Amino acid sequence: MSEQNEVEVAPTAEPKPLAVRKGMWSQGTGDTSGYSGVVRTMWATAPSQQPFGSYFDEIYDRLTALVPDAVDYVVVDRGELTFYVLREKLTEVMQTLRDDALLRFELCASASGVHYPGDEGAELHVVYHLASMTHNNRRLRVETTCPDTDPHVPSVVATYPAMDWHERETWDMFGIIFDGHPHLTRILMPDDWVGFPQRKDYPLGGIPIEYKGTVVPPVDQRRSYR
Amino acid sequence: MKETTDLYAGSSEVTEGAVYTAMGGDWDEITREQAASDDETLVINMGPQHPSTHGVLRLMVECDGETVTSIRPGIGFLHTGIEKNMEYRSWTQGTTFVTRMDYLTPLFNEVAYCLAVERLLGIEDQIPERANDIRVLMMELNRISSHLVCIGTGGMEIGALTVMTIGFREREVVLDFIEAVTGLRMNHAYIRPGGVANDLPETGIAQLRDVISWLEKHLGEYADFCNENPIFKGRMCNIAYQDASACLALGVTGPMLRATGYDWDLRKVQPYCGYENYDFDVITWDTADAYGRFRVRLAEMWESLKIVKQCADRLEASTGQPVMVDDPKIGWPAKLAVGPDGQGNSHEHIKAIMGSSMEALIHHFKLVTEGFRVPAGQAYVPIESPKGEIACHVVSDGGTKPFRVHMRDPSFNNLQSVPIQCEGGMLADIVVAVGSIDPVMGGVDR
Repeated sequence: MSEQNEVEVAPTAEPKPLAVRKGMWSQGTGDTSGYSGVVRTMWATAPSQQPFGSYFDEIYDRLTALVPDAVDYVVVDRGELTFYVLREKLTEVMQTLRDDALLRFELCASASGVHYPGDEGAELHVVYHLASMTHNNRRLRVETTCPDTDPHVPSVVATYPAMDWHERETWDMFGIIFDGHPHLTRILMPDDWVGFPQRKDYPLGGIPIEYKGTVVPPVDQRRSYR
Repeated sequence: MKETTDLYAGSSEVTEGAVYTAMGGDWDEITREQAASDDETLVINMGPQHPSTHGVLRLMVECDGETVTSIRPGIGFLHTGIEKNMEYRSWTQGTTFVTRMDYLTPLFNEVAYCLAVERLLGIEDQIPERANDIRVLMMELNRISSHLVCIGTGGMEIGALTVMTIGFREREVVLDFIEAVTGLRMNHAYIRPGGVANDLPETGIAQLRDVISWLEKHLGEYADFCNENPIFKGRMCNIAYQDASACLALGVTGPMLRATGYDWDLRKVQPYCGYENYDFDVITWDTADAYGRFRVRLAEMWESLKIVKQCADRLEASTGQPVMVDDPKIGWPAKLAVGPDGQGNSHEHIKAIMGSSMEALIHHFKLVTEGFRVPAGQAYVPIESPKGEIACHVVSDGGTKPFRVHMRDPSFNNLQSVPIQCEGGMLADIVVAVGSIDPVMGGVDR
């Protein structure tokens, strides 16, 4: 566990750059637009400070009182609340979110992975979407991260059995290992598949198509706007 | 166990159970031995090409006699990498992909995706009212057609063939209208970020009134055929039981949850697309079994029809109003028209941009090839599909293409409840259970 702590990103106050992009077009294609020198940095959404507004403060205060030092930072964006939870505390946080009467998120609707190659030390994100039916459809997103070099996240299947297949799919597509999952096997891809298709460095695949003397490259190699 | 030497088979240590070596000989002895033992466990592989699995679902069933002791669903046979593909196309092109996920509810996939993109764009409040009304109309018609397939094929699987034939007859009427509006029976890509691709055709309202009167006349037949039919009830009642707590633990929503008596419907608890303006009821049932789900779906079709009627009135009143957001940087510039071979370009629009306005042509070209940029961030928008909560988790890095799109498909989630519904039941009831879950593998595997 101490090794995991070392690679864990420190709590951040500043938004992190997701990607730096140069030029007008995708990599490896000629740029005659005159914008080849343009550098654009894609920023992640900045963390929010209290008060968050709406019911968000109530949830945050209650959760931090019950499980201190679990929420790394909070993002309130476009009316949606996201808790970035340290992975060591994920199991505890999810259990509390479900069981506490004031929180009571009965429904864990979905889990999905996102691969941010530019987010150093936290390339792989797992995103859980919770809903509280008791409290009239309050919604909450719990996001946790792990580095590419140590792709382990505790499983929440014990708390939310519905996450069984969702976590299997996230393992299948992103290679995130959910510790404690009862049966972490591939679910959509064949059992003997090599690689994790939804990672950004995994090619889309496809072959060039010849049409009337012109060759149309596969879609991930075509020149495209950024 | 008798030891026999087989020249061609390797030997291995077996610690328990009977071992049969396939080398011909006297099978009578083996069958006699088998009949004497009480081990009747039978492993059956059902699917992936079984007609009652609604696509390519594989069920690995372990039976003791005719009782199911263990069942495990295997999925993934229809995985097409839609989510990955969307990361290489523009935001508008994304609708062409999501519509192919759950192919019985394409319009719900499109609405979920578009609402998520609109939230990221911050234009949720700017969607014209007429666009929202058309979305609601198309969704409710789609709900009827999806429930008809569920009831029809579910009936067929237990021998009620007439329910299937009349189910597809009604569905055809609904699909004819959807085709007249979107150009296609499925794979519409009709609902776009910012609104819908084109307005109703001139004869749209009249045709819609015909659909409504047809459905009013015929929807009652299902109740007459099934509701009190003793064979139908014998196959459906107390089968595939799953109560509310099991539903919540397994994240099951939609008709399955409402059949347990819980009136959870996102159209009511969190109205979107203007559902708060419509008068309809949430249907529940209290038996938590396959029959209850059938009754919920049946009654939901009537509620949908109620909404469709209100849509027809609202759309008649708002004829001529815009159906796309009033933002030339987002609104798809191509004006589309429904042609004889599906949806296509409008000749008048092409004439206008090619012949009279250079700027309009440039604008059209930029927006079609480059698309629009969506501010960085993430959104998750759930809506109520015929099968439960369908939601789209969209992540943008600020570019012209989605960074990540994940569809929370209700079938994917609900299919997890096959074991809880089937284990301990009869082999033949698996078909009823799967039919009452109503999974569509296009959505499950994406």
